[in-house]
Amino acid sequence: MAERCAVIGVGQTHHKAKREDVSIAGLVREAAKMALADADLTWSDIDAVVIGKAPDMFEGNMMPEIYLAPALGAVGKPMFRVHTAGSVGGSTAIVAAHLISSGIHKRVLTVAYEKQSDSDAMWALSVPQPFAAPLLAGAGGYFAPHIRAYMRRSGAPDHIGRMVAVKDRKNAMRNPYAHLHLADIDMKMVEESMMLWDPLRYLEACPSSDGAAAMVLAAEDAVSGHYPPAWVHGMAMRSEPTMFAGRDQINPQAGRDCSADVYAQAGVTDPRAQFDCAEVYVPFSWYEPMWLENLGFCGQGDGWKLTEAGATAFDGDIPWNASGGVLSSNPIGASGMLRFLEVAMQVRGQAGEHQVDGAKLALGQAYGGGSQFFSMWVVGSAKP
Amino acid sequence: MSAAGRTVRPVSIASFAQSQNVRKDNERNEAEGLQPVIAEVFANVGITKDDVDFICSGSTDYLIGGPFSFVMALDAVGVWPPRAESHVEMDGAWALYEAWVLFQEGEIDAALVYAFGRSSLGDLNEILTLQLDPYYEAPLWPDIVSLNALQARAMIDAGKATEADFAAIASRSRRDALSNPKAQVRHDVAPDVLLEDDYVVAPLRRHALPPITDGAAAIVLAAGDKALQWSERPVWITGFDHRMETHSLGARDLTVSPSTAKAAEVAGVADGNVDIAEIHAPFAHQELIIAEALGLDDSVAVNPSGGPLAANPLMSAGLIRIGEAASRIRAGQADRAVAHATSGPCLQQNLVCVLEGA
Amino acid sequence: MADGTTDQGPVTMLATPISLDFEFTPGVAQSKFLRGLERGEFLGQRCGTCGQVYVPSRGTCPTDGVATTEDVVLGNSGTVTTYCVVNVPFAGQAIEIPYICAQILLDGANLSFMGLLQEIPTDQIRMGMRVEAVWVDEAELIPSLASVKYFRPNGEPDADYDTYKEYL
Repeated sequence: MAERCAVIGVGQTHHKAKREDVSIAGLVREAAKMALADADLTWSDIDAVVIGKAPDMFEGNMMPEIYLAPALGAVGKPMFRVHTAGSVGGSTAIVAAHLISSGIHKRVLTVAYEKQSDSDAMWALSVPQPFAAPLLAGAGGYFAPHIRAYMRRSGAPDHIGRMVAVKDRKNAMRNPYAHLHLADIDMKMVEESMMLWDPLRYLEACPSSDGAAAMVLAAEDAVSGHYPPAWVHGMAMRSEPTMFAGRDQINPQAGRDCSADVYAQAGVTDPRAQFDCAEVYVPFSWYEPMWLENLGFCGQGDGWKLTEAGATAFDGDIPWNASGGVLSSNPIGASGMLRFLEVAMQVRGQAGEHQVDGAKLALGQAYGGGSQFFSMWVVGSAKP
Repeated sequence: MSAAGRTVRPVSIASFAQSQNVRKDNERNEAEGLQPVIAEVFANVGITKDDVDFICSGSTDYLIGGPFSFVMALDAVGVWPPRAESHVEMDGAWALYEAWVLFQEGEIDAALVYAFGRSSLGDLNEILTLQLDPYYEAPLWPDIVSLNALQARAMIDAGKATEADFAAIASRSRRDALSNPKAQVRHDVAPDVLLEDDYVVAPLRRHALPPITDGAAAIVLAAGDKALQWSERPVWITGFDHRMETHSLGARDLTVSPSTAKAAEVAGVADGNVDIAEIHAPFAHQELIIAEALGLDDSVAVNPSGGPLAANPLMSAGLIRIGEAASRIRAGQADRAVAHATSGPCLQQNLVCVLEGA
Repeated sequence: MADGTTDQGPVTMLATPISLDFEFTPGVAQSKFLRGLERGEFLGQRCGTCGQVYVPSRGTCPTDGVATTEDVVLGNSGTVTTYCVVNVPFAGQAIEIPYICAQILLDGANLSFMGLLQEIPTDQIRMGMRVEAVWVDEAELIPSLASVKYFRPNGEPDADYDTYKEYL
């Protein structure tokens, strides 16, 4: 990268099923103002704004940057809108970071959000198409068969998914912004929750949240703020076709290539040893062991063994989703950015009760669609 | 590295292709419509998808009426093995900007940018209403033609234009389109005759409105050796910027475009002579607003392709302006050109790209 | 406070229903597929570059980005590569729960698609099970996937995992 890029401010809303107290503009401002305050900056210090979200139909507001420009202080500035499906929160941060590392801007505000309660998101995802079969499966019905295929391929026992569901919800108890705070969560509670799409149970799936995330990114000579910066050591996006013959949907090549790219940029050869923590997009519990393998934290078929051994737990050697992750808060468009933001908080030492002790280097990952779109970044407390 | 908007690393528009712009293409799906355009933009310079380092596209789900329309359109490219790829829910001109940023960083040497959309599938005049404030404006369903008529009326009341000016622009655009085989509305009709049209929404008559267009476009960008290998007369982007205005129409002077003026300043439009300008002004009166904001004098040939009044494929029309301007420089018809793209009601957001021959 | 400004609490929700109509275009390749359904057959397309067979084809090869033009008639039977059992009601659902939603790899095709599996208890479904399409009566065939009522076991022995593991 030509110029160093740092995260100097972070902000996020309290994520809830319905944020009826704010408009969409109010929601994104809540996160953005918090990020500006963290960076010790005001709206006028910002050179450009980059926003991202999942499909516009979730709120019924087409190309929302047009309506949100004044709320995000973008009037008179460049404003940019990214949409790469579920990976969009991560992609948005990457597009914003390139505006810094290219030397074009000094300080960029990046924001991602979803306000699912303003519309009917499930409807938006399933507009009936003529000539098609009756609607078969619903959202989880797309993922559940892949989970079954992973279990078959790896020989993972049933309880692994439940362990992830419990671990991430326990972590969320340490995060005041998390949507779900399930104080009594345990294996039995997950096992007794409703079987939605066999083998996927209710408590093994993410909630549907309203929420926003924001970051202020800065060039090296524009660093400010109340915490030390998180330096971007590597960032990458990769896509592969949605459906093709021989596609490995459990361990997608695009994910492997994307991580190889960011690891090379950041000088990471042994992710489990070199990263202090990771925030990874796990919307259904079984995606933790799948992504452990895809991201090279272990060998093929061994992901579930790391989970089972507690390696990814808050007190494990490589905590995954100390914030509670997507399983605890899922404002879709913002979910990816929250992964990128949370690792920045970790290496800045500002994660509060879910701070991983001494975190210096961390991986943020987001994916989207049918596991065909990936975005990742590596941030560290030291300059790259 | 570059300062805001001014290129330090030159990037070339190596190849440009667009579909035939038509009122309705109801035979092909998005990928089928896009695939020949992608094939052509590569074939023009004798390359394949494996020769580009980055892919970026622009489109909107609200044209097809379903989410994730960009996802299946990727099948027109064939992103295998996996590729660095991104998408903006904006006109393709902004997708090109995203790619240009990566060139400035030195990350990439070649990129594919494309945009697509069929405006014919729904009622565009209603669909675009959903761009408005969802709480206070969209529920009232003001249609986009009416909002643009307010802008045209403001131009007339300010003494900056007449209805005859709108007719003259429309007449010139569609006459110029006779030399553009890809254009949709091509005829030679005098302004006097156009002024006999009925009003659609006064003061806008039929001719002052853009056609409804289905279409797609693609550009290959290149830098360094690839730019020189792929083109005998490279066309370089020498300035590039885009700016946003506030959303509330009541808070804007609709007769001017400060965002275009700012983008033009940052992109350095005034640093040299402008031979041609391709302006993304879907409504006739908007050409006057943008030309003024760009600081163009009467010597500049505006929209020699026919412009958006001759073909206005939503989401591609801005990208096509850049492609058309570059094509004229490559053909030796101009040395320096300005291309413009717009988004939002009444020119709320504007992009300016300065292009120069070798 | 003056009339009309007494505190009745904040307005937190304003329902503004949006209705837009769109035309739908299946495209050249999918139109062929739909016409095949009208005849009671699965029609796919083979990519001239990589040779893979897609059903339904969308007209371009997703990995090569080229137009697909060679039509291929596929078998009526296939293999369940993976599946899930739907236990949850959701908006627009047309089938009584619980039911099996399976990824089915039609014989001769190189990509599975999602189908409804019936005539088998939900606890007896297996990966690798061989199944066949059950069509509506000939007089009721239309250019729609609604012409396929569902899939059911065809009685053949299960396919070996190695024969379909590349399609998971």
